[in-house]
Amino acid sequence: MRPSRIGAIVLRQVYLLAGSPVRVVPLFAWAAIDIVLWGFITRYLNSVASPGFNFVPALLGAVLLWDFLTRVMQGVTTAFFEDVWSRNFLNLFATPMTVPEYLTGLVLTGITTSLIGLAVMLVVATTVFGLSFLTYGLAIIPFVFVLFLTGIALGVLGAAIVLRLGPASEWLIWPIPTLISPFAGVFYPLSILPPWMRAVSRVLPPSYVFEGMRSIVAGHGAPMGALAWGAGLAVLYVVAAGMIFTWIYRYAIRTGLIARYSAETVS
Amino acid sequence: MTSPAADEPVLSVRDLHKAYGKVTAVKGVSFQVGQGEIVGLVGPNGAGKTTIISIILGILEASAGRVLIEGLDIATRRSRALQGVNFAAANAPLPGNLTVEQNLRIFGMIYGVANLSARIETLLEDFDLIRFRKTKCGVLSSGEQTRVILAKAMINQPRLLLLDEPTASIDPSTARDIRARILAYAGGGHSGVLWTSHNMYEVEEVCDRVLFLSRGAVVLEGDPKTLPADHGARTLEDLFVEVAHEALHEHGAAA
Repeated sequence: MRPSRIGAIVLRQVYLLAGSPVRVVPLFAWAAIDIVLWGFITRYLNSVASPGFNFVPALLGAVLLWDFLTRVMQGVTTAFFEDVWSRNFLNLFATPMTVPEYLTGLVLTGITTSLIGLAVMLVVATTVFGLSFLTYGLAIIPFVFVLFLTGIALGVLGAAIVLRLGPASEWLIWPIPTLISPFAGVFYPLSILPPWMRAVSRVLPPSYVFEGMRSIVAGHGAPMGALAWGAGLAVLYVVAAGMIFTWIYRYAIRTGLIARYSAETVS
Repeated sequence: MTSPAADEPVLSVRDLHKAYGKVTAVKGVSFQVGQGEIVGLVGPNGAGKTTIISIILGILEASAGRVLIEGLDIATRRSRALQGVNFAAANAPLPGNLTVEQNLRIFGMIYGVANLSARIETLLEDFDLIRFRKTKCGVLSSGEQTRVILAKAMINQPRLLLLDEPTASIDPSTARDIRARILAYAGGGHSGVLWTSHNMYEVEEVCDRVLFLSRGAVVLEGDPKTLPADHGARTLEDLFVEVAHEALHEHGAAA
């Protein structure tokens, strides 16, 4: 892999962000609004619930971490969509750049943009609503790691779907986090789910993060074994997403999809 | 990239086939482009020109046959082979939301161009783009965009330059200027150019050799200046029309 090619993909996004405030605002605005909304909800719940239970680390922390996953995914897919929207595939894929270099560029772009959103969310959640990550202890590291990897896997998978189905399938990609959130147990323990939903949850890495988070808040400590399992699953999904993207890319090369990629030509 | 031997072709296309299901777009096309040579690829719409260029660029897989760029097989050594290739196509503008300079920098990085800033300055000057360096490509005129596309195509000083109707949407004056630049570039003797065009005057002026494609196959090949007389036509354009009509007639008979 050549660093300059990966750097070119990241630099492209930096240029776009620097030249367009319209692209910068969504990086943090919606995340900040989410934290404000859920911050007040947790304050209200703390005021009406029995004393001794703090909703801030359980609920606001969950919102923040879930938003982080969503931002990572959107960072990767948005960088990919920039090539879709500007019809740049022909120019890009007719160069020496390889698929791993392109995907690495997208992922680094996703990291950069999601960290901006995470920083804003952290500032609002800690300064305004008193969320402290010290509550989670060192377990915050595997939490972020697992969600980060899951966001990358979803982002690459989303890019693969749009590459295969065409730009019009963009609307299928954005709701993916919402679709899996009921199974991930972001706001409630998995034990309240029916058995079939729990079975789905077991293969979703974020479910181990949010169960672990609730376990810590309840004073039972971090289930490191379960988190390691979640991390293993997340790594597996990143590899699988990369393989799916590569497989679809090869299909696109074989059929001529790349050469004539547009909303009108892709079925 | 190591320089090829003096007699090694920059591009070698061998018995190329491409089929989409039951439709055959390219059937058994073979040709070479030598160092310092400009080869024209002409034919009616749907003859297979863009398909051939797409296969050479590695964005379309051939059903059979081989494409060797400086001896490297595009099917197995794509990234290495494309290091010394670039292209300009009227239907592939650069991202309109980036400036001219930003686009050149990004593609320069992708090709790993040494002394990139200096190279960009040279190209901005060569293609009369200095005043547009901070302008987003999307707001440029067709002629200006074509100059940017060509500057991008020259960023890595390619050994093989593929031009797919590069002068299709520009005025005669700009087209003449662009032809002169390409001729000067190929005249250096180290690069080969494959040029598709519907402008027979242009082909006659710039190409050392021309290949007539019809329904995915090469039906005529030769010097564009002598080819019309060799086949009883007055001009290259007359010969083109004749070949295109024959293809239509055969197609109609087959249907």
